[in-house]
Amino acid sequence: MTVKFTEDHEWVKVEGDTAIVGITKFAAEQLGDVVFVELPEVGASFDKGGDMAVVESVKAASDVYAPISGEILEANDALTDAPETVNSAPEGEGWFAKIKLSDSSELDSLMDEAAYKAFCDGQ
Amino acid sequence: MTMNSSGRPTAPVAASDIQSVETVSGSKGLSQFEPLIFETDRWGKTGVDLPKAKGKASRLGGVERSVRPELPGLSEPETIRHYMRLSQRNYAIDLGLFPLGSCTMKHNPRLNEKMARLPGFADIHPMQPQASVQGALELIDELATWLKTLTGMPAVAMSPKAGAHGELCGMLAIRAALQARGESETRKRVLVPASAHGTNPATAAQCGFIVDEIDANARGRVDMDDLRAKLKKSDDVAGIMLTNPNTCGLFETDIKEIADLIHAAGGYFYCDGANFNAIVGRVRPGDLGVDAMHINLHKTFSTPHGGGGPGSGPTVLSDALAPFAPVPFVIKDGNGFHLIEETEAEAKDSFGRMASFHGQMGMFVRALTYMLSHGADGLKQVAEDAVLNANYIQAKLKTIMTPAFDGYCMHEALFSDKFTAEGIETIDIAKALIDEGYHPMTMYFPLVVHGAMLIEPTETESKAELDRFCDSLASVARKAAQGDESLKGAPYLAPMKRLDETQAARKPVLKWTAPAPEQVAAE
Repeated sequence: MTVKFTEDHEWVKVEGDTAIVGITKFAAEQLGDVVFVELPEVGASFDKGGDMAVVESVKAASDVYAPISGEILEANDALTDAPETVNSAPEGEGWFAKIKLSDSSELDSLMDEAAYKAFCDGQ
Repeated sequence: MTMNSSGRPTAPVAASDIQSVETVSGSKGLSQFEPLIFETDRWGKTGVDLPKAKGKASRLGGVERSVRPELPGLSEPETIRHYMRLSQRNYAIDLGLFPLGSCTMKHNPRLNEKMARLPGFADIHPMQPQASVQGALELIDELATWLKTLTGMPAVAMSPKAGAHGELCGMLAIRAALQARGESETRKRVLVPASAHGTNPATAAQCGFIVDEIDANARGRVDMDDLRAKLKKSDDVAGIMLTNPNTCGLFETDIKEIADLIHAAGGYFYCDGANFNAIVGRVRPGDLGVDAMHINLHKTFSTPHGGGGPGSGPTVLSDALAPFAPVPFVIKDGNGFHLIEETEAEAKDSFGRMASFHGQMGMFVRALTYMLSHGADGLKQVAEDAVLNANYIQAKLKTIMTPAFDGYCMHEALFSDKFTAEGIETIDIAKALIDEGYHPMTMYFPLVVHGAMLIEPTETESKAELDRFCDSLASVARKAAQGDESLKGAPYLAPMKRLDETQAARKPVLKWTAPAPEQVAAE
């Protein structure tokens, strides 16, 4: 199982041709207390970089971009009632959506964990 | 001890060391405790006794109310006191400096109010025969002339009701122009800088455009390389929405080139005029290549806002967009002034109507009063003094706080939270400023600066007031730099202590719940 990261602070965990997507711990900490999450519709398709979801904290509202192209298989509806999960477990139970990968080669352009850590340190 | 003629001492008897006093009423001296109006304990009473209507059959056809409305029964003096007491807790521009960046909270001159109350303006109706309101129509025309002259633009739509409504007007004009060119289906992309007001992308989306964000560069301006890259494919570009000076308080120095690039790409240039106060009388947006710009009369031209509004957002248009301006608008011919109301003849290309009537008449009177009382030279000085005041604040605080960008600012000073100790955040500084007696600055905006604090003093403030504000903020900032944990609990002196903003957003209580019915019945 590979975990990859984007410069917009999304993570993507690949299992077969399914990708689980969320925002990183770094992003969750920068946002502060998350108060609202708008999730994508199941069945919707996104291009890499498309506005997939919205996350709103006490400080700001931010778009969450699709880290890879594909179709939404499942959205984490639990976040609607418990947006705080994004803070408590951003890279676990706080996942946003499962996407059916349409082009797995897109993963090559994303950062691995070490590269992402270095990227955050430079922010 | 000095005694007066009655033999009472003229000074207080030896000051005691009492630090706090508990009161039975809950008031603190003249700061009176006031519950919600629903908690005023007047259930079952009524403030006004009206006789029962006799000999009249109900005409409500069986939908009469069967239970009493859940309203407190207050008398007139009780009602007045309730709202007066609440009003005493307000912060207002009439009470002190209002440092909200991007809001231009300037003084609302009383001369404006006097003029707006003249019966010829205050007591007229928008559906009155036009022949009976020639003076009011002339005032709209005169204000339009001032706005066109100050912006160097050939046309203005007066009806938009506020800033975002003006943005909508400008973008609808752009959409209509694209339709007229037969390109409204292909040109869908609107470029918006990362530092933009949130209303810009919202307006573009509302008009059916797709928002494409442009990065900011290290100097807080539009990243020209990113802009050029985004214009490489240009046949889908509808335009750009740009604020100048931008929300970092900085003049977009490449604005002429930006305008040229957008025009060469076949798009239009919408300028957000929210920050016009910084350049009024000095720079004409028409000379910069702007196609549409709204003007917040409630910012630059001193009409009230921030709860006291309403706003007013006339939108100036270039030659390219002028034919698509909304109705109604005022024209003058040999018989006087007329409102063009229908989308025909001279308004045949108009995109339609944005409001029932011609705009915010009361604000038009105030804005024109402001312009006439300042004159063109006075308005120029407004911009100069607004910029000078902001730079004074930036210069006084730059060694204690961290300016977000190098160099001089325009009308507002922007700081990041870099100077704060671990654990102390922008919100803690804002809350502590309340204890110092100030409304907090704009915080966490613009988004391109971490923990942003945006301060716009406007030209209203004197040096003495700026010094007092800077001393107050500097003292809070020093505590923030030292990691003083007491800031986390501020404000301590406000009527309400710090609220749990997270819970308020996650689990908002939006409705007052009445006490149990038996309690009401017992009264």
